[in-house]
Amino acid sequence: MKETDVQINRIDWIAVSIYFALVMIGWFNIYAVVYDSQVEKSIFDFSISSGKQLMWIGTSIGLIILIMVADYRFFENLSLVIYLLFLLILVLTPFFGKEVNGQILSIGVGEFRIQPGEFAKFATALALAKVMERPTFDLSKRNYQFIAFGVLLVPIGLILLQPDTGTAMVYFSFLLMFYREGLPQWYYGVGLGAIAITLLALGVDNNLYLAAFIVAIIGALIYLGKKSWQRILAFSLIGIGLIAYIYSIDFVVSKLPAHQQNRVMVLFNPEIDPLGVGWNVTQSKIAIGSGGLFGKGYLEGTQTKFDFVPEQDTDFIFCTLGEEFGWFGSLVVIGLFAGLLYRLVIMAERQKTRFSRIYGYGVISILLFHFMINISMTIGLFPVVGIPLPFFSYGGSSLWSFTILLFIFIKLDSSRASQLGRIN
Amino acid sequence: MRDQRAAVIVLVIFLVSAVLLLKLFTIQVVDDSFLRRAESNAIQRVVDHPYRGLIYDRTGKLLVFNDPIFDLMVVPREFQVGDTVRFCKLFQISKEELIEGYNAAKSYSRVKPSPLIKQLSTKDFARIQDFLVDYPGLFILTRSVRSYPSPVAAHALGYLGEISAGQLKKDTLLYYSQGDYIGLSGLEKYYENELRGKKGVKYKMVNVRGLDKGPFKEGQYDTLSFAGKNLTSTLDLELQAYGELLMSGKTGSVVAIEPKTGEILAMLSAPFYNPNELAGAAFGKTYSKLNKDTSKPLFNRPIMATYPPGSIFKIVQSLIGLQEGILTPTTTFACNRSLVACHNHPSPVNLFGAIRNSCNPYYHQAFRQIINQDVSSNTFKDTEIGLNAWREKVLKFGLGAPLSLDMSGEKGGNVPSSKLYDRIYGEGRWKYSTIYSLSIGQGEMEVTPLQMANLAAIFANKGYYYTPHLVKAIDGDSKQIPSKFQEKHTVGVDPHHFDLIQDAMAEAIYGTAPRAVMKDLVIAGKTGTAQNPHGEDHSVFIAFAPKDDPKIAIAVYVENAGWGGLAAATTASLMIEKYLRRTVARTELQDYVLAGNFVN
Repeated sequence: MKETDVQINRIDWIAVSIYFALVMIGWFNIYAVVYDSQVEKSIFDFSISSGKQLMWIGTSIGLIILIMVADYRFFENLSLVIYLLFLLILVLTPFFGKEVNGQILSIGVGEFRIQPGEFAKFATALALAKVMERPTFDLSKRNYQFIAFGVLLVPIGLILLQPDTGTAMVYFSFLLMFYREGLPQWYYGVGLGAIAITLLALGVDNNLYLAAFIVAIIGALIYLGKKSWQRILAFSLIGIGLIAYIYSIDFVVSKLPAHQQNRVMVLFNPEIDPLGVGWNVTQSKIAIGSGGLFGKGYLEGTQTKFDFVPEQDTDFIFCTLGEEFGWFGSLVVIGLFAGLLYRLVIMAERQKTRFSRIYGYGVISILLFHFMINISMTIGLFPVVGIPLPFFSYGGSSLWSFTILLFIFIKLDSSRASQLGRIN
Repeated sequence: MRDQRAAVIVLVIFLVSAVLLLKLFTIQVVDDSFLRRAESNAIQRVVDHPYRGLIYDRTGKLLVFNDPIFDLMVVPREFQVGDTVRFCKLFQISKEELIEGYNAAKSYSRVKPSPLIKQLSTKDFARIQDFLVDYPGLFILTRSVRSYPSPVAAHALGYLGEISAGQLKKDTLLYYSQGDYIGLSGLEKYYENELRGKKGVKYKMVNVRGLDKGPFKEGQYDTLSFAGKNLTSTLDLELQAYGELLMSGKTGSVVAIEPKTGEILAMLSAPFYNPNELAGAAFGKTYSKLNKDTSKPLFNRPIMATYPPGSIFKIVQSLIGLQEGILTPTTTFACNRSLVACHNHPSPVNLFGAIRNSCNPYYHQAFRQIINQDVSSNTFKDTEIGLNAWREKVLKFGLGAPLSLDMSGEKGGNVPSSKLYDRIYGEGRWKYSTIYSLSIGQGEMEVTPLQMANLAAIFANKGYYYTPHLVKAIDGDSKQIPSKFQEKHTVGVDPHHFDLIQDAMAEAIYGTAPRAVMKDLVIAGKTGTAQNPHGEDHSVFIAFAPKDDPKIAIAVYVENAGWGGLAAATTASLMIEKYLRRTVARTELQDYVLAGNFVN
């Protein structure tokens, strides 16, 4: 049974190094957030978040070791069990969890609490990999699409009950993995088109201009192409449908809960109410924007230190980096993320089993989504969504779940030679 | 095909990173407005408001000081009330007030502090201070307001108010900023530059709640503030307060001056208002209430109200006549009532008798000789020349133009010149018979109560005065007051001419104002009656005492109180007693004045 042993030389040290680089930079940033020159406390002080984060980092290393010494078949064989287990916890959370600000996100006993929504990500990635690994599984076929989306929609539904829109959105990132696994391209065309039209409808003040634009395009398409009546009818219907959609958006937005409506409005005009709903985005941009090219220096930031930016050690952690290390600091961290994601693509593509590759792309999907959305919201490119920056943000559930997510894949990758015999 | 899709995913990764870096580049490097906003966020320029100077009376009693007041501020985002009933009990507000205040604060900003309870007293502040720690999001902001231990001399001291946009525009030295308090009237306005001190600036780092997180760059950009200078007023607090007591419920003015120095001992305008009510947060409400009041409590009568001087002006006429040589102590005229009305008294009278009996026909005839000196054969021309020459002499008595004391808004009154009559009647179409009412201080003549008091001082001083003023020292140094208050003005009449006048005035009050007579103190006085076309005449009296060594000169106006011998003379007499004796023995007379029933 030599093949189950840890194979140090097969571990992808590039990915592991980037992981540790990000975790350490994150840890130093968390200290910068809580640092107060008037009450000097050590970075190791357990009464402040940097001390606690160090504890989460330590336990994460424990988790990494556990994952690396486990048998690679463990994850594959138990994937559905893990998935069902976390679904069960998600079902129980609303009944036994702790309510904070109207949301029930965590469950546990006393001080020890976890957010099952975070852990269900890797469980879902495992389950999808398991379901989709069969050679016959073909995402271009309708019935397989149903199965894949089914596995995805159950946790989404349960998380929406908490309710935690931000985390639920993360699950849609698996669409990237679906793309790699053969979901027809036109799905994405239609999807991206819909997003584009939605953003336009929200961003353009007068929908009439947009409607006129669509009429012009449809008119041009009809005029330039074959003039059969079926074609004219089809294009006309598409045009009418689009215009109806544009006008329905305002209606839908008006039906959204007020706080979500505000988040959408602020994206298009952050100055709408700089002391109210626009506060987070405005202050976050001021903090990052004041960093300049090289930043104000470590522990020298004023915006994040003096609490101008809310939730700065969790969702808005990037502000501290932007303020104290400037654009070059941002470049380094974004470079590390891009490097890690690129490395993961290379690793996923070299997998010998469909299970490992699909899981790998699941990891890429989730990390990319978090990375993109979190930084975008801090610089006003995306509405404020409460999701953490992987490896960076303060919090045990967040760090643990991303560590588990990533290292299961690193483990699978390191054992790929053992999986040779099972190539599909 | 799968490889191609992997390439698309790699492309997406790098595209996302590139877009983020590009956007970051624009806000971090290209657009520097964020840096400025960060500085205005966290580096607060805190103006260190200096302590405004205090004002003392001439005996060293405090008139104006600064009272610290405390506003309870709330940051809605952090505020947790817990048990509402307990909170309301501790802070002594009703639940409705709490909800209203909190909602108002929330609608301003959820993250910036706004006042929840305004103007807590020092006592309330001490009481709630210990509970504050139990309530996150609450803190105390300290400010100071002007406070008046004795609520008197409101008009003289003046009040502060928030600087207006117009005043800010005029502030070329850019000392003031929006929201600053500035003296708007009285001494507060005139001595604004002395009282305000010098603002300092501190740059400090603050967190989102405005809590101090230490000086910026160790305070190397900070400047110190300097407290304002203290004023020593010429006012006598006890005399002022006594005057306000006597004048309460009446309308009018009292001005008392120390003749030898021009220092104003008391200056009051009735009806009064309580200066404490115009200090601090109540300003807006009180001001509009006072402003709408038909009895015009904000109107500063001693320097803003003008009346015809009436009979008192006959003394000025006498002095001009004596100096010109037109009148001598023995000059006699018949009391010819066909010229102008008079009252029963022996006739004919000499100058002394004319003053004592306030004989109108005497001055009608004397003034004609002053005006028409046959300089020109043309009567009209002769009158014009005579009037203008006479006017020059009258102006020297501090009439016809503002005396320019240390207070703004002073009126000059009026001593008519030929131009005025040319305008009314046409050039060369008026002569002595047109203007004769000037002879007895009627007609177009107008003076302020302050000018009248100054006249009394001139009579007391035998021909000179110092510009009346309200401040005798700045920071204890009498040399710092404006030099114009140390200049002696002479009226161009030889001192010996005043002897007869003083004797006649001392004699006059036995006839015209017997109630004002004091047994063992010689008061020289003259009654007057300012004709009032709108109702009962105004009662006027000027006096100085003691006659041989005058320490106080006074003018009293009581509106609609009829003849000067009653209301005004008794009030003046009591004021003199109060100032010279420090206590008033004539309680019956005091009761008479306080009852205020002079007309019937």
